[in-house]
Amino acid sequence: MANVTIKPITRLLIANRGEIARRIIRTAHEMGIGTVAVYADGDATAPFVREADTAIALGGSTSAETYLDVDKVIDACRRSGADAVHPGYGFLSENTAFADAVITAGMRWVGPSPEAISQMGDKLSAKKLMQDVGVPTLAALPIADGEDITAKAQEIGYPVLVKASAGGGGRGMRVVETEAELSDAVDSARREAKAAFGDDRLFLERWLTSSRHIEIQILGDNHGNLVHLFERECSIQRRHQKIIEEAPSPAVDAELRERLGEAALLAARSIGYSSAGTVEFLVDGNDFWFLEVNTRLQVEHPVTEEITGLDLVREQLRIAEGEALGYTQADLSFAGHAIEARIYAEDPNNDFLPSPGKLVAWEPADITLARFDSGVETGSEIGIEFDPMMAKVIVKAPTRREAASRLARVLEGLRIQGVTNNRDFLVATLRSPEFIAGDTTTDFIERVAPSRVRIISSDELDEALIAIVIQSQAHRRSAARVLSTVQSGWRNSKMPPEVTRFRSAQIINGEEGSEETKDIVVAYRALRDGTFEVHVDDREHSVAVFGVDAYGADIEIDRRRMSFALTAVGDDWFVHGPRGDVTVRELPRFPVRGADDFQGGLVAPMPGNVLTTHVNEGDTVEQGQLLLILEAMKMEHRITAPVAGMVTKLLVAEGDQVANGEMLIVLEEVSQTGEGD
Amino acid sequence: MPILESKLDVRTEEFQKNRTDMLEMLATLDELYIEAEAGGGEEAMERLRSRGKMPIRERIGLVLDNDSPFLEISPLAAWRSNYNVGSGFVVGIGVISATECVILGHDPSVRAGAFNQFNSKKLMRGLEIARDNRMPYVQFVESAGADLRGQGGGGDPEQAIRREGGHFGESGRLFYEITELSKMRIPTISVVFGASTAGGAYQPGMSDYNIFIKGQSKVFLGGPPLVKMATGEDADEESLGGADMHTTISGLGDYLADDELDGIRMCREVVAHLNWRKQGPGPTMPADEPLYDPEELLGIVCEDLRVPFDMREVIARVVDGSRFEEFKPLYGPTLICGWASVHGFPVGILGNNGALFSESSEKAAQFIQLCNQIDVPLLFLHNITGYIVGTDFEQGGITKNGSKMINAVANSTVPHITIIVGASYGAGNYGMSGRAFGTRFTFIWPTAKIAVMGPKQMAGVMSIVQRKAAQRRGLEFDEAANDERAAIAEYWAEERSKGLFATSRVSDDGMIDPRETRTVIAIALSACHNNVVVGTKEFGTWRM
Repeated sequence: MANVTIKPITRLLIANRGEIARRIIRTAHEMGIGTVAVYADGDATAPFVREADTAIALGGSTSAETYLDVDKVIDACRRSGADAVHPGYGFLSENTAFADAVITAGMRWVGPSPEAISQMGDKLSAKKLMQDVGVPTLAALPIADGEDITAKAQEIGYPVLVKASAGGGGRGMRVVETEAELSDAVDSARREAKAAFGDDRLFLERWLTSSRHIEIQILGDNHGNLVHLFERECSIQRRHQKIIEEAPSPAVDAELRERLGEAALLAARSIGYSSAGTVEFLVDGNDFWFLEVNTRLQVEHPVTEEITGLDLVREQLRIAEGEALGYTQADLSFAGHAIEARIYAEDPNNDFLPSPGKLVAWEPADITLARFDSGVETGSEIGIEFDPMMAKVIVKAPTRREAASRLARVLEGLRIQGVTNNRDFLVATLRSPEFIAGDTTTDFIERVAPSRVRIISSDELDEALIAIVIQSQAHRRSAARVLSTVQSGWRNSKMPPEVTRFRSAQIINGEEGSEETKDIVVAYRALRDGTFEVHVDDREHSVAVFGVDAYGADIEIDRRRMSFALTAVGDDWFVHGPRGDVTVRELPRFPVRGADDFQGGLVAPMPGNVLTTHVNEGDTVEQGQLLLILEAMKMEHRITAPVAGMVTKLLVAEGDQVANGEMLIVLEEVSQTGEGD
Repeated sequence: MPILESKLDVRTEEFQKNRTDMLEMLATLDELYIEAEAGGGEEAMERLRSRGKMPIRERIGLVLDNDSPFLEISPLAAWRSNYNVGSGFVVGIGVISATECVILGHDPSVRAGAFNQFNSKKLMRGLEIARDNRMPYVQFVESAGADLRGQGGGGDPEQAIRREGGHFGESGRLFYEITELSKMRIPTISVVFGASTAGGAYQPGMSDYNIFIKGQSKVFLGGPPLVKMATGEDADEESLGGADMHTTISGLGDYLADDELDGIRMCREVVAHLNWRKQGPGPTMPADEPLYDPEELLGIVCEDLRVPFDMREVIARVVDGSRFEEFKPLYGPTLICGWASVHGFPVGILGNNGALFSESSEKAAQFIQLCNQIDVPLLFLHNITGYIVGTDFEQGGITKNGSKMINAVANSTVPHITIIVGASYGAGNYGMSGRAFGTRFTFIWPTAKIAVMGPKQMAGVMSIVQRKAAQRRGLEFDEAANDERAAIAEYWAEERSKGLFATSRVSDDGMIDPRETRTVIAIALSACHNNVVVGTKEFGTWRM
């Protein structure tokens, strides 16, 4: 390999989307390299498509029709004249056939060799390889159709992990606690694996309930140089997917770091690894077990970049161009502490299920305090076709405690409205004493149970409502066709105040546990001196207005000055105040008639496809019985009976596409007293 | 346009005293507004709400566009009478679906919305405003009918009959006027919140649009007892005149609302489809605030109207940017004339700075003609004790010249707005476009006094006349009796000349807080611009 010649990349095609596409484009442009994006129909207006020098439509909406279609992507390479392909993470990044096709087409593949990918791609064979070079692994057994899964699970011992051989990102992964759940878990993991990777091979693995997920970043060139860039800890996970990652790990000391690094390099060396990769381990105290190798750039690579000062995409591109690393392990060091939080369009209150929608507002506040690797912007549509991660926010600070505190503040200041998301949950996690103490294990979320929603004070809600009415009245005054210059709500005699009603689902301090929505009446009156007297329910506030425009209001409430960003979409108000985001619904001045909720109906919790139906009209069902399975964002969602009853209407069939809130099944509750005489 | 220079010194004792007195009067006013708002009292309000009904002010508040202004007309009618302050009736100008309308209705908490002479006068005034200014007319109907107390019920029947100055035979003009509006292409809308029976049934009967409320509206010529007496039929109210019946069978009702809120919503929708286009040009000038603080209006006028003040100080705190282009400032200086704008509406202003002399009267006549020539509305600011009297002035033709001014005022066709700031006595009231001169809107300050002459002058004049009569008959003049009579006469004249009394008798459109003068004028001018704003070249014969 010594005679590798340097051949600069001139035009790089990024076979990916979202934040990672933008991130790769950024470094490519910094290096003077031209870029080509490819995109699915739903991404046509996405930032990464605009930011690339050129973009090629792949035509189609699903992953399979677009980012996973090797022929289409290769064709896009040809049409665009690209001389290199960066696959990002996910999609075709660990697809040997694709890497082969890129190389065969005469382009550079930014990643390890197809051989290395294939050796590591299959989780079971990778494990075998590691065992052979003396790296500890967890017991694992492959399962094939028709095999006695129960016996295999018993052999490993419960809890057992069902895992997709081709897996990643938590897809096709299920923890099984008891034998009763095994068969269902295997079926659904198989379906999910098939959908996500086109490969439904599974294996069973021993499951460590409480351990740390720690991984080593490795980097190799085509001159035989190989280094590791220390560890990242990614123990904070939900649905087997990382949501907070950091470097270095609070649980790794120099000695353990050395051992982990050595084990990682041993593994990498054995397959002649080049480019960037990650060797994942489970760590419990001083013991560790090899999990898998990811032969690509990781989502969480920025934390390593922050503490080492290296740009991993730049390193990958340099390596692909044939350059040598130019440094050795001894040259490498790290400083400070970096933490990354992943912001997902998902509902922490609904088992972190994806929650697609339109981003009404995406406005990072303290951009100087953090790095925002974001794939979205205000107006972005988070669809059901792809992973619902919207952005990563990364901070670096001298100490871990400061980094956690800064990241929490940056997240709180971020305006992100219109789609349900995990931001408040991330903040609660970062602020929890357990996290700050470094007590981070893979069962952190179940164990510590950080608040999944932001609990706001009643003052904060009042302030948001005041900002809304102040902006609304100003808007109505300036838009008035007659008498628009006359004072707001002017009266010469005594008349009732202006009244606006709101409905809030926000959880208010002192009212925890109540998921009920709450109606609030805001009554206000403009006074002659231009101030307003505002009653929020029975709380009186005095409000002075300093500035109001179409985007917000700068007001003083009870002598406290504050600014609000405001966006209305239909009746929904998205307010971003000094203490964070608040969402409320304005109730119509005149109630809509006949809008009573349909009783007994089960609606789709998100848009998706009906995967399977398990009941027919006329069936009686038990409480908790599975009625149907929806597939959305490549994940399954089980619709179960909330009460025992009879299915009076089945409104969907297998394969149907359903919209968010669409009625699926009508269930008639079985009367408690109806039975027997 | 030149900017007025204020010479007002707010640090003087005089200003501070005026201000204190004014604030005191405003506090009284405020109490009266609260009293008017309370309607028939807490208990009556409770009863109303328990039946799913709303007080009239709430109904009106809901029909208005959010945050739009509402100018109530004669809110203190019936003060110092046997009826509730406000007369159990609200009439005003408000904006519904971006359309300025006249909105009126009975307060059902006050004697079930019964008619009396005060609220009848207010209702007729509402119709007049709609007609003169071409504004859609919205009536919230709910009335028990005539208040029989006013018909001599109770007390000495002979006395009651002697008191009676009117007769049923002259009633009913209201129905005539509703249909006249319709003929004039001014839409009329009734929302029937409750009973509208017998003659009252013609209120919706004559309207262009009728919104009836399920279970509440009752519209029939004769109720069950009358039907029983007349024909022997046993009928129930719902089949005689319920909302369901009228919207499904008789066709008197056009829209059937579920409840009051729904009816109000429908009313907003009806107004929204009226395709209303104002015929005046609307505001055309910058609508910037005055340079001087309107708060200072509180200290300009002394309660004792003998203390003079410069009307320019008032103008400077009312007009846009305190800009005022004065006409003929050196001629007839006791009447200020000039051009300005209020909330962007151009106006020609006539303001008193003393009695009217021949020169000032002629100046006024010329100025009024000029404003008619260019279609600019007129704003009259009263502080007028009258036309000057005395031999020299009579010989100088004061009556002749005053007549020119009155001729000009009477025949002018641009809208007139009158604000009575201080005195408004005698023919001065006429010359300055008093209520009787077809003025579109008349508002008064708490300092206003309106009478044929000053109370002291009146008592004195009466003494002189009586003394002369006694002398003629050779009788001894009883000085003590005269003093007593004079004192009584002065008290009467004083009380009756007070602004509050005037406004309670609906002889103007309401008493206003001086600080709100600018807004009141703006709403009035904007209302006028619903109709054409066109001057005339045709006046009566000028007595030269």
